[in-house]
Amino acid sequence: MTHLLELRNVTKVFGEGAKATVAVDEVSLYLESDKPSIIAVAGESGSGKTTMGMTVLGFLRPTRGQILYRGIDVDKMNADQSITYRREVQAVFQDPFASYNPFYKVDRLFEKPIAKFKLASSQGEARELIEEALNKVGLRPREMLGRFPHQLSGGQRQRLVVARAILLNPQLLIADEPVSMVDASLRAGILEKIRQLHDELGISVLYITHDLTTAYHISDGIMVLYQGSVVEAGDVDKVIKSPVHPYTQLLVDSIPWADLTLKWGKQPIIEPTEEDLARLAAAGTACCKYAPRCPQAMPRCWESRPPLFHADSGRVAACFLYESGTTLEKDELGGLFSALNNGSS
Amino acid sequence: MNENNVALRVKDLHVHYDTEDGVVKAVSGVSFDLHANERMGLVGESGCGKSTMALGLMRLIKEPGEVVAGEAWLGDKNLFALSYEEMRMARGLEIGMIPQGAMNSLVPVIRVKNQIIDALADHKLGLSKEQLEERALEALDSVELPRKVAEMYPHELSGGMKQRVCAAISLAMRPKVIIADEPTSALDVITQRQVMETIGRLQERTNSAVILIGHDMGLQAQFVNRVAVMYAGKLVEVGTVKEIFTDALHPYTQLLISSLPTLGSKGVFVSIPGIAPSLLELPSGCVFHPRCPKAMAICNQEEPVLHSDSSGRRVSCHLYGNGGMN
Amino acid sequence: MKGGETMTSSATTQNVVAAAVPKPRSRLHGILHYLKRNVNLAIGFSMLAILILFTLVGAFIVDLDDAYPGAVRAARPPSAEHLFGTDGQGRDLFTVAVAGTWVTLQIGFIAAGVGLTAGVLLGFISAYYGGTIDTIIRWAVDVFMTIPGFLILIVLAAMLGGKVSTVGTGLIISLFLWAGPARVVRAQVLSLRERQFVLMAKLSGLSNMEIIIEELIPNLLPFLGAQLVGSVMSAVYSSSGLAILGLGNLREPQLGTTLYWMQGQGALVRGLWWWVAVPVAFLCWAFVMLYLISSGLDELANPRLRRRA
Repeated sequence: MTHLLELRNVTKVFGEGAKATVAVDEVSLYLESDKPSIIAVAGESGSGKTTMGMTVLGFLRPTRGQILYRGIDVDKMNADQSITYRREVQAVFQDPFASYNPFYKVDRLFEKPIAKFKLASSQGEARELIEEALNKVGLRPREMLGRFPHQLSGGQRQRLVVARAILLNPQLLIADEPVSMVDASLRAGILEKIRQLHDELGISVLYITHDLTTAYHISDGIMVLYQGSVVEAGDVDKVIKSPVHPYTQLLVDSIPWADLTLKWGKQPIIEPTEEDLARLAAAGTACCKYAPRCPQAMPRCWESRPPLFHADSGRVAACFLYESGTTLEKDELGGLFSALNNGSS
Repeated sequence: MNENNVALRVKDLHVHYDTEDGVVKAVSGVSFDLHANERMGLVGESGCGKSTMALGLMRLIKEPGEVVAGEAWLGDKNLFALSYEEMRMARGLEIGMIPQGAMNSLVPVIRVKNQIIDALADHKLGLSKEQLEERALEALDSVELPRKVAEMYPHELSGGMKQRVCAAISLAMRPKVIIADEPTSALDVITQRQVMETIGRLQERTNSAVILIGHDMGLQAQFVNRVAVMYAGKLVEVGTVKEIFTDALHPYTQLLISSLPTLGSKGVFVSIPGIAPSLLELPSGCVFHPRCPKAMAICNQEEPVLHSDSSGRRVSCHLYGNGGMN
Repeated sequence: MKGGETMTSSATTQNVVAAAVPKPRSRLHGILHYLKRNVNLAIGFSMLAILILFTLVGAFIVDLDDAYPGAVRAARPPSAEHLFGTDGQGRDLFTVAVAGTWVTLQIGFIAAGVGLTAGVLLGFISAYYGGTIDTIIRWAVDVFMTIPGFLILIVLAAMLGGKVSTVGTGLIISLFLWAGPARVVRAQVLSLRERQFVLMAKLSGLSNMEIIIEELIPNLLPFLGAQLVGSVMSAVYSSSGLAILGLGNLREPQLGTTLYWMQGQGALVRGLWWWVAVPVAFLCWAFVMLYLISSGLDELANPRLRRRA
């Protein structure tokens, strides 16, 4: 069974020579076709999560490695395969306003893909599809259609983008920070719709975010990125409630939970020294990237880069603290996720 | 309530915007007391008036906006009764603000040190050049930035560092009241914590009071002592952070709290039905009644009054009549 | 990343006013409403309308032969018969004004039209496709922007000896008008290319060409309008300048040429003030009008300059 999506050792480097930044560093992942799942790709800025999303969408070409959609290399697709790929992989982006061309009414967001992908045979049918999608996200067509983007609120605009995804019925949705620019009180509504996409339409979602609270809420599995590499991955419940990698621990400790019993700040934030940063730069790939900041760094960590170890069942961490566990094969991260209990919502 | 340690007393503030489509009532009758050493949160959705209220207090509202009524007592001074010059002096010296998106407002061609000194020099403190420089360095110390940052340019700093520089600029003169408007909105999780902890420590050292404005309830839960909830330009509830998060009274606050994701509530999505009203045409009676799950007949006829009880807990809702909060 | 804009106060104003959603307006109503607030643009357009009206109506009233030497009695001051008087060589100045304005506008729009279209196309291609094409076009732009255009025009005009037609003059001037727009359009497209709505368009199946035409150009329209006006100004300036120096087509009536003749014939010494006043007045009108339109479009294209809500 070919995988729906596969990343094979994908690396993306920006710039050249001394100024080169490695945004994504040899990441491998796959999503199964028959088991739709919601996987969170979590990390802070500079972690490479957005870059990863952009390569999956085909907007950036990997420097090394391949992106395969349904078994075919995205770079080597013929015209028909490309159109299918375009139609079946959709996205919801971060900025609710920027998704719209301010020159046109919001209807265009739906009309264009319907026309291009031939989803309706008449204008009437198209209109029906649009209204159905809007109703599914709880918006009234009469109040939304015919308006310009600046006449709607941020929450409404974002819900329209989700409605578009529902209408297009893709196989894979890349959601890049879909609610971070939306008011906290409106987030639940939009997240619920994204979850419904998975539950009712069987769409797989890559949920890219820096907000672990929403990641926890909506996804089944999570992979935490640090400077382009996966540092911890597995069942989202385990990773958030009992993180094992020191970076994830710091991240989770800094979450502002809206819960007075969950206070942040137990772990100190360590600023790396200039010497340590220089040491990391000199060591290249023979060093754990997190060593300069890690409160538990051992001499081992400065000598080689840890692979992903099984810290317990259903979770891996790239940390020598868990060296006793078995190593995860580079390309088996997908297997880890599909083995998770894809629980009902 | 101990009258003596009220740092800022706001009474019946009204801010209107006179647009060609009508009068937008951004802030309608907001009153609260901010005590010394206190951290108060001001929460609400976008467009509810919280930033406008902050700008109003600082007298930074521009045309077509205007503060049409209200008093703001900072000690024995009513900020709205001051002359333009007096207010200019008060800003930064007695009441400071870290505005939204501040880190994008740093001048790209001036070194950090000089941007801080600019803020100081304008206040005619009578300091020599060396003293001003020392004060600037002290300001950087107070936000826990290394002194070498003074000689750097904004583009050389990370987001969190820039935000702390902004805090240093606004707070260089140790004002007693600090207003922070979404100070961490563009920052990463860990950096956000770092910046908030820095502001917190600064507040404790200088014994000042902080108003944290934002829509992220989680941030409020981690940082403030008291919370004021705004909706459509009005204050609907005020209480301690414990009261608000565990025992909210106003239906809006209740819905707000229950819509927040926490560790125990995976997969449960509660949202607030409907959308916020247009500030051009506020609903009759209680502004929240169209979306309120507990609305009664009286709610669309009469505006509820803000009731207080002896502990300072306040709520504006017909469910809680005169004298009875439970 | 939240895009925090600089003036927090105006950001809050925008938020407050945006939150108070008014009823939607039709596009035409919106345009007229905007013109009420953008005074420069309104006045500029009115001036243009008047000028065009003058030219059109005038063309019907006058006998164009009167714009040539010897057609009427020379050196007559303004009167009922000759509204603008006649010049020292027997041309009726009213006719010269009508014909001359028309010629000047023609040159202006041909030069600007050709130059701008070429510049915009090259700018788009350069930005969107990148690579070698981009390098070549950029090099050409740099060369043309560095060469002093007017001096080359003088040389060309002197060489060609005033035998070039109106259209020809327009085309020659356009050679020096394409580079500026090309460079600016390239910069604009480079910034627009990464915008989220362009990504959305790609996800909706649009091809590169469709994206350029349907997504990018509409967003650049106010900006292109301003460029057009700037180019017209440049063209009118160049052609009038050449004409004043006696390098234009000396036989055809042109505003600048009139100034050349009046200078050479000592109009002021002879007290023929109307000979000076007419071309000067028209040229001033044209420049003020172009400036107002350009400034008005500037405000339209740059939201930060727009008057408050």
